[in-house]
Amino acid sequence: MTVTIEESAEPAIEAKRRPGLSIGAAARYAAPIGLVIVFIVFFIATPNFLTVANLTDLLVSASILMVLAMGQQLVISVAGIDLSVGSNLPWAAATLGFAYTHGANLAVAMLLALIAGGVVGLINGLLVARLNMTDFIVTLGTLSVVSGVTLLLTGGNTVAVSSTFLQGLALDGVGPVRWFWLVAIVAALLTAFLLFKTKTGTHLLATGGNLEAARGTGIHVSRTRLLAYVLSGLACGVAGILLVARTGGADPSLQTELLLSSIAAVVLGGSSLFGGRASVLGSAVGAVLLTSLINGFTLIGISQNYQPVAVGAVVLGAAFISRFQK
Amino acid sequence: MTARQDEATVTEPNADEAPLVEIRGVTKSFDAVRALQGVDLTISRGTVTALLGDNGAGKSTLVRCLTGVHAPDDGEILFRGERIKLGSPDDARHLGIETVFQDLGLIEDLQVWQNLYLNRELTKGVPPLRVLDKKQMIARSATILADLDVNVPNVRATVRRMSGGQRQSVAIARAANWGTTLVIMDEPTAALGVRETAAVEKLIGRLRSNGVTVLLVSHDMDQVMRVADRAWILRRGRTAAHRRVSETDGGELVGLITGAIAGDADA
Repeated sequence: MTVTIEESAEPAIEAKRRPGLSIGAAARYAAPIGLVIVFIVFFIATPNFLTVANLTDLLVSASILMVLAMGQQLVISVAGIDLSVGSNLPWAAATLGFAYTHGANLAVAMLLALIAGGVVGLINGLLVARLNMTDFIVTLGTLSVVSGVTLLLTGGNTVAVSSTFLQGLALDGVGPVRWFWLVAIVAALLTAFLLFKTKTGTHLLATGGNLEAARGTGIHVSRTRLLAYVLSGLACGVAGILLVARTGGADPSLQTELLLSSIAAVVLGGSSLFGGRASVLGSAVGAVLLTSLINGFTLIGISQNYQPVAVGAVVLGAAFISRFQK
Repeated sequence: MTARQDEATVTEPNADEAPLVEIRGVTKSFDAVRALQGVDLTISRGTVTALLGDNGAGKSTLVRCLTGVHAPDDGEILFRGERIKLGSPDDARHLGIETVFQDLGLIEDLQVWQNLYLNRELTKGVPPLRVLDKKQMIARSATILADLDVNVPNVRATVRRMSGGQRQSVAIARAANWGTTLVIMDEPTAALGVRETAAVEKLIGRLRSNGVTVLLVSHDMDQVMRVADRAWILRRGRTAAHRRVSETDGGELVGLITGAIAGDADA
């Protein structure tokens, strides 16, 4: 057969070189680059930063954020956002505290914390995925509702939880490896496995990347989005348990900084806020970076009041550079 | 000389077999708008059938009836000689009817192989712990595209990095790959340059020689003359005429579309 139409060997059209491209490349590696800079700056500023004791402590407090960031990562990969994290975390913690102080077995109380977190995620997911309500508004609403319910449950007081198991969880580990780190690492590995090794993960990314196209291939997009919110709620449950273990009680107050940090960690990690692109390692590094920032500030004696300013500035900076990613 | 003309003598459809699709007297109204007012259309197996008509003639509505998006108000659709009811796009997909819409339905952030296998992923391992069989999907994707002579340098590149023609080819390859009997294409080359259009037309010819039936919605009469076997012309929601492409020319087709030439039903 004679085909005279020329074999058209179209070269892939590479992204045109724009000034923004270098910023886009920087955005992908924002977390590791930032981490190195922060470590160098604090190493120069104070001899107390780069010590085994401080780094151990830093990574323990980063663990809670890392678990939250994994949930946030899943929601952001379906092009959503979970603002309810700020109150779901203290809600799960308060549920644990309430159940434990009312005579429940610790295992049961921990399970209830997971369920409490998961239920909030389920409500978010149903409203966003099934009723097609705007993710931002839905989770802003549940942020407030759940915060109020938590205050009602606890009367606004911190519930002290004294449990040797939870103390051990916060202070011990396997040799030099603390239990908190292991929980965070397992959470990250599970998230990476789900996103990159399973059908469900591909469907999460496809749904976030192009909802209509994903639906067109027969993917159950509403079920997929629902799953992301439920898993983010469960992550809040796990983080709530860690929070109670670390602080020895359940503080019902809103955790705005952890909420903002969970989003910032994901964006710094190179995931797209528009969905469809995820980096679990990036989010984990982002969580460590943000925790290092606060840890270093404390060490060099910068007032606590600057911390929200710093975290907010990082969020805005991350949102700015993510503009150049598309 | 094009691929189609070379093969035209070889694959004229077998007259004894029932046509792949027969549409009889299909009507569809949206409130006061009568989009389809009794359309007849036949798609013979193994042919490239062009669906022509001016804007508003009812092409899109007809395509949506065939893909299960709309249910016709009246009339019937026969598939392989049997009357079918398409309640949803899934029904159409089960019959092997795949559609490449103008937006292509690709996920830009996913790689070519991920798009080809989207929601048809191959997995390995023991349930419930089944993981993606990436190696297998990547290897087969390369084969699928190579068999269709689709020029994509790397199946592991994201679709975002592809040119318009490459995207169109990937979307067509995906539609044609799953035991598909009928691929419906909605103006596949409307957004493409000359070289890319040629590549896509060549791909259509290749699908045809692989035994896939194609319904091609096009505004480009030259293209219809190059790649199609039959042409059906809609005008104001009715079938105005149908022609063997070998027995007509672009001028007549344009006349039939605009109404300058009276259709078969107008007599």
